Amino acid sequence: MPPVGDRSVSAPVVPPPVDFGRRGYVVRARRVAASARLDRRAIVIVAALIVVLLVVSVATLAIGTYQLTVGEVVSALFGQGESRVRLIVVEWRLPRLLLAIGCGIALAISGAIFQSITRNPLGSPDVIGLDAGAYTGALVVMLVIGSGSYSLIAAGSVIGGLATAAVVYLLAYRGGVEGFRLIIVGIGVGALLASFNTYFLLIVDVNQAIVAASWGAGSLNALGWDQLGPFSLVLLALLPFVVALAPGLSQGELGDDAAQALGSNVERTRLFSTIVAVALTALVTAAAGPISFIALVAPQLAKRMTGLPGLGLVASAAVGATLLATADFIAQRIALPVGLVTVSAGGCYLIWLLVREYRRS
Amino acid sequence: MTEHALATVGVSLGYGKRSISSDLTVSIPAGSFTAIVGPNASGKSTLLRALARLLAPSTGTVLLDGRDLTAFGTKELARSLGLLPQTSIAPEGIRVADLVARGRFPHQKTFDRWSSLDEAAVAAAMNATGITNLSGRHVDELSGGQRQRVWVAMVLAQQTDVLLLDEPTTFLDIAHQISALELFQDLNAREGHTLVAVLHDLNQAARYASHIIAMSDGQVVASGAPREVITVEIVERVFGIRCRIIDDPESGTPMVIPLARVAD
Repeated sequence: MPPVGDRSVSAPVVPPPVDFGRRGYVVRARRVAASARLDRRAIVIVAALIVVLLVVSVATLAIGTYQLTVGEVVSALFGQGESRVRLIVVEWRLPRLLLAIGCGIALAISGAIFQSITRNPLGSPDVIGLDAGAYTGALVVMLVIGSGSYSLIAAGSVIGGLATAAVVYLLAYRGGVEGFRLIIVGIGVGALLASFNTYFLLIVDVNQAIVAASWGAGSLNALGWDQLGPFSLVLLALLPFVVALAPGLSQGELGDDAAQALGSNVERTRLFSTIVAVALTALVTAAAGPISFIALVAPQLAKRMTGLPGLGLVASAAVGATLLATADFIAQRIALPVGLVTVSAGGCYLIWLLVREYRRS
Repeated sequence: MTEHALATVGVSLGYGKRSISSDLTVSIPAGSFTAIVGPNASGKSTLLRALARLLAPSTGTVLLDGRDLTAFGTKELARSLGLLPQTSIAPEGIRVADLVARGRFPHQKTFDRWSSLDEAAVAAAMNATGITNLSGRHVDELSGGQRQRVWVAMVLAQQTDVLLLDEPTTFLDIAHQISALELFQDLNAREGHTLVAVLHDLNQAARYASHIIAMSDGQVVASGAPREVITVEIVERVFGIRCRIIDDPESGTPMVIPLARVAD
């Protein structure tokens, strides 16, 4: 006989676990009111990506004009071994590697946010002209103001990116912004800015133009701890906003009415997310110049690997970091800017994506 | 307890310069299953959008339990009032339980994403809509009727007293229409939700709802129990058709039979 009376009513109700159709783990820490549902496949994918990233990282630190063994690299990282090896690993190769990882994370998150806002895999900051705009802003600082200061160029690139985002948004606005229109307008504005950037380089002094143009190819060359410091600070400052905005962004994927009715402030979330995503792209542009296609590819690749819908920020960031670190490793071997490597690899992906989207609509 | 769950007082509604309703006053009795009926473009969905605060009235106020809707915080409102929009987008590749869990958003905090309360609410919502066995399936591969149940479950997981449903039966075949309406009736009777649904079929409204609001040209023509609203005069005034009203042989509710050759 089951117990009857008040006791059975007041006994805590243990709900049957909900079947999500995938293996996962529920983590709950009641004392700090934190809980989450973690997907097993996503964890495995992210762990595997980190392993790949570690391998690429060690290779990046070991291979170069001075070939080092893995042992030498590891002991140099722990502050031991020859001072010459430490110089090469810690002072020269490590900051560039960390920047590649940081830029990959920033671009992937920025892309994931834009693809979520536009509900379209093409909605990425490089496709909708924000890279071109950030580059324009940086060019104005370098060529018109004539400053080579990192923080001024960074500020110029952030302002350029935000201004472009505002222009694209306003031109695409028809009582609300629809994803696909935003993308089409963005491609147009991006093309316009790209030709303006080229024109700009043609009319200035040749030496200035060479510096600006090589920066414009998107390269991690010649970047060190001086750039990594401020870059990391800004990136770490932006990440809490991403974490706070992510749940609202995911709700937005249900459509504006549903998201609003479910308690997400759709317009505000969209505005703040746009600002954060533009800032992430501009941060990378400021540090390394425009690096295309990571923002476009990483979130989609992450989605395919994990098989999960929605933002998938952690997996996207892991893919972005691995992709850019690998691209930079290749770029160093063939002595080309990393931006060119990502453009040529990503271009093929873009063509495939455009064909697929066209067929679908 | 207030008598009316939801009410508008002298609201004017419209989109830009296009006015849909002016000085509209309606009230939704607490605990009722209210159906809003009327011809196309009579302002039914617009009214529902105003009740859900998706559309701000240019004049007048909307009250939920006697409190001005604009005084609610976004998440606070979503804990009291749920809406099933006419069209919603299921993110590509999402599974049933995952979509239903999205209904928990107004109850969740940034780091509290899947509490035992969330789990209990999602399980209960899927149970109430009979989709527990579909829980792990992809939403894309479900039939229209099943998908509609998933969306209803998402709104139920929100655990609100009031549920607004915008044309919940429009894209369903007759069998799924009936099963959805019976589900709503159960939710109203057993779980005590106040339901407001925009419905197209007068006979279904009369059969399943406890309260009917008939609208025409953005104004309320009649409201009350089905038998008070579904009359020969009101149907002619609202829809412009002449008809007979008989008792539904199954349910005893009023049933509209249009006269032969109404166009003459």
